[in-house]
Amino acid sequence: MTDWLAALGRIGLAFSARLGRANLLMLAMLRGLPALVRRPRLLLEQLLSVGVLTVLIIAVSGIFVGMVLGLQGHYILSRFGAEATLGVMVAASLVRELGPVVTALLFAGRAGSALAAEIGLMKATEQLSGLEMMAVNPQHRVLTPRLIAGIISMPLLAAMFSMLGIYGGWFVGVGLLGVDDGTYWAQMQSQIDWNEDIINGVVKSAVFGVVCTWIAIFQGYDCVPTSEGVSRATTRTVVHSSLAVLGLDFVLTALMFN
Amino acid sequence: MSKTRQIEILVGAFMAAGFVALFFLAMQVSNLGTMHSGDSYRVKARFDNIGGLKVKSPVTMAGVEVGRVLDIYYDAKDFRAVAVLGIYSQFDAIPDDTFAKILTAGLLGEQYVGLDPGGSDRVLKDGGEIAVTQSALVLEDVIGQFIYGKAQEGAK
Repeated sequence: MTDWLAALGRIGLAFSARLGRANLLMLAMLRGLPALVRRPRLLLEQLLSVGVLTVLIIAVSGIFVGMVLGLQGHYILSRFGAEATLGVMVAASLVRELGPVVTALLFAGRAGSALAAEIGLMKATEQLSGLEMMAVNPQHRVLTPRLIAGIISMPLLAAMFSMLGIYGGWFVGVGLLGVDDGTYWAQMQSQIDWNEDIINGVVKSAVFGVVCTWIAIFQGYDCVPTSEGVSRATTRTVVHSSLAVLGLDFVLTALMFN
Repeated sequence: MSKTRQIEILVGAFMAAGFVALFFLAMQVSNLGTMHSGDSYRVKARFDNIGGLKVKSPVTMAGVEVGRVLDIYYDAKDFRAVAVLGIYSQFDAIPDDTFAKILTAGLLGEQYVGLDPGGSDRVLKDGGEIAVTQSALVLEDVIGQFIYGKAQEGAK
């Protein structure tokens, strides 16, 4: 009985300690912001690996998600003779939910895992300690640019996802299934609100960007510096990011679209 | 071409594509492109029943949007609903005996305010009030009247 209690306590303490370390790391990275302003080149390189190289998977999945929405939406809406609202349905579900959430999931899989593995390997091969030996703060030099790149990239990627998805839905709905082109766009414009829908979607994706990148960087930085530790950090990044995104999505939706 | 220059171009293209996507969402998908940014003046209209009219519902004249519903509240003194209509200031020659009615777009569509111009020489000003209104059509009332009428026919 006491063993069981002790185990529970150990888990609780370890969890609190991790949470605390994650918050301290976030503070340390934010303190690196002034240094980043002096060296924008570091951010540029990270924007390439975190943002640009993620565009392809985002673009392809955006188009296909939009096409599926067009197909399924048309199938259901045509039962009620309401095909005219297909544009609204596609755009609202993409801009509000699917855009930010699916982009964040793909981002965690594509960019987050790469970040965690890269930082974990830097730790395992003692590159981070090497930087420290040269009196360079590895948190400011290595981690801050990655965090900021993630926060900048996510909303842009989510916007691209939504735009391509809307065109995917348009291709299926208007191009293949014969919904009127004018009604597709006009209904969308009259129903989708800039503040209510689009800005909230952008805010959502920015929050997901912070969370996904933070988790990836923390897992990489906090990993056991062995090959097994790095592999576990990568797995944990994807699992924790996905869970955090889906859980936060509910909270944010309840707060913003009440 | 140097390596850094290549990176710069790629990142620049990425940022530009992202902002183009946001701009597209703003202008093509949302109501920002069609939203009226100009000034409007406020006119009150009292209705017995506003049905499903909402704030931001369109106000139309001959089918053309001339304003939006800015506010809706209940006047406890005369037991009627007051809709405050924001009419865009370029439509400044609406006669003050204009008739306002609540219409429905399609059978189950959203409700909007339709204005039928009157013949008066004076025009509506900011803070004015539309005197003649017609309430929203409530489906239950219509069905009720129909059944009542049928019953009366049967009694004869």
